[in-house]
Amino acid sequence: MTQVSIRDLTKIYPGETAPALDRLSLEVASGELTALLGPSGCGKTTTMKMIAGLLNPTSGDVCFDGNSILHKKPEHRGVVMVFQNYLLFPYMSVADNIGFGLKMRKTDKAEIARQVNEMLELVKLPDLGKRRPAELSGGQQQRVSLARALIVRPNVLLLDEPLSNLDAHLRFEMRDLIRSLQREIGITMIFVTHDQEEAVVLADKVALILDGRLKQYDVPELFYRRPVDEATARFFGGQNFISGISKEGYFDSPLGKLNLPADAKSGHGALCFRSENVLLGAAANNENRLEAKITDSIYLGTHARLKLKVGDQQITAIANPDLVQDMAVGDTIAASLPASALWVLTS
Amino acid sequence: MIGQDSLPTRSLRFLAGSALIIWLVLPLIPLAIWSFARGWFFPSLLPNQWSLRAWNYAFSDTAGVIDSLWLTIAISLAAMVLSVLVGVPAGRALGLYRFRGKELVELLILAPTIVPGIAVVLGIHSVFIAMGLTNTVTGVILVHLIPTLPYMVLVMAGIFSNYDPSYEDQARSLGASAFKTFFYVTLPAIMPGIIVGGLFAFLVSWSQYILTLLIGGGRVVTLPLLLFNFASAGRNDITGAIGMIYILPGIIILLLTARHLSGRSGAVAGFGKI
Repeated sequence: MTQVSIRDLTKIYPGETAPALDRLSLEVASGELTALLGPSGCGKTTTMKMIAGLLNPTSGDVCFDGNSILHKKPEHRGVVMVFQNYLLFPYMSVADNIGFGLKMRKTDKAEIARQVNEMLELVKLPDLGKRRPAELSGGQQQRVSLARALIVRPNVLLLDEPLSNLDAHLRFEMRDLIRSLQREIGITMIFVTHDQEEAVVLADKVALILDGRLKQYDVPELFYRRPVDEATARFFGGQNFISGISKEGYFDSPLGKLNLPADAKSGHGALCFRSENVLLGAAANNENRLEAKITDSIYLGTHARLKLKVGDQQITAIANPDLVQDMAVGDTIAASLPASALWVLTS
Repeated sequence: MIGQDSLPTRSLRFLAGSALIIWLVLPLIPLAIWSFARGWFFPSLLPNQWSLRAWNYAFSDTAGVIDSLWLTIAISLAAMVLSVLVGVPAGRALGLYRFRGKELVELLILAPTIVPGIAVVLGIHSVFIAMGLTNTVTGVILVHLIPTLPYMVLVMAGIFSNYDPSYEDQARSLGASAFKTFFYVTLPAIMPGIIVGGLFAFLVSWSQYILTLLIGGGRVVTLPLLLFNFASAGRNDITGAIGMIYILPGIIILLLTARHLSGRSGAVAGFGKI
């Protein structure tokens, strides 16, 4: 059980002026699964390597349970990093790969063999111990690299894009495996990803990093309901931003005067709400009711995406495909915005 | 795969192989015959009389062939080991990293293969005199590094340019010290290069004549020097016997490295290009 504190961690690569990572501070609770989320090149992998000791920070500190670990060599930190491309040692068998960490710790051979078998069971690859990594599929290699990391019982496990190289059904399998392992073993896990969906399905808490800076650190749900700014909301697929003024529980905008939730901020800003929270047609009620004209409709199988015009404002909404079946572009329909789904971003 | 090749391909390969073997082996045959000859004069096709005299002499204490053989082996082994020790880090730097002046370093390392040794050896000679290295085995070993290093460094640079150093990060992260990481992860990956480059270095050192002659001052008598002495004295039979001994390492090394030279070695296959 290890609590990880990252304090003002900064990395400026030699020969560059802009920091790859700019004063990142983060508290990861013990036994939690945290995602570092951001577009590629935003400093996520840099952060991981600094925690793992594979890269020296320019400034700032990394503490485990309150004690700085920066002076420790990577092999003494109790951290294992699992790389995105698995990096299984090609000339070793699967079993030797998994047992590598124990061998480095001078564990005796019989014990290594026992634990390797246990690990192979755990990641559901029994009988594959004698194979070479090149003979395994991508998903199997991924599981071997996970087993190789877990066998040394690290205090902190770092995963670099753990699901990104897998196809859709393997992703779900792997996600379930990681989640169940995490619950079973209870180690602190930090993983990086550029995919907000991956972060949401896997993580207890998500840290969004944009341009080398921490934007928001919260449980996944709040990135949808309470984003800190427009860039954050957009990263999570937010599409509706209406400028106006928030005061006394109302939002004055070209959409009209709309009821706000009690915790909404006051002042000039943008009203933001998610497309999937717009109620349409028969589902619309009297709360913040609007008249909307359909300007475009895209059928997406499980749902339909509508472009609507309210006055001169464009908004997007997601609707049940059954609902839009008897609607056509050009129709005017009722829409309502539940106050609980509204959020104000002030600048 | 060989089974799938067409008949013309196979015949062509057979012809090429035979030509190569004839080209390499044919010139050696008179040498081998001479070493067993007692008088072999034009126009006879074969020696009039056979004898082991040359071989007896070559292995006798007075000829100094055996001493010279051990000395040459020692010098070439030392040059090989030093080449590996310098060539591995240098090859890593050139194959993996970008740095200012890299082109210049590459050119300087290649220079000995372009500039003939004899053109610079006199300058080296005066430097070695100042350092007290002339007429010593140490001096000969060091001067042999000039022609051996380009091969070693080039082979290692090639290996490293196809090598992913993240494997080392992974090993460190799994608990391996820097030394163990090198031993368990880096070394197996670059071993084919070390073998091929090292054996090249051995052979290049093995065949040095001018550098050994000038820096060794005639006191460090390696096999090529000894061979040249007998050859210029017109002793074809002894030259033949020593020549046979002299080419032996080359053949052994060729047989040992054929597997690595053909690029089928298992250790290279998995690394790089990920």
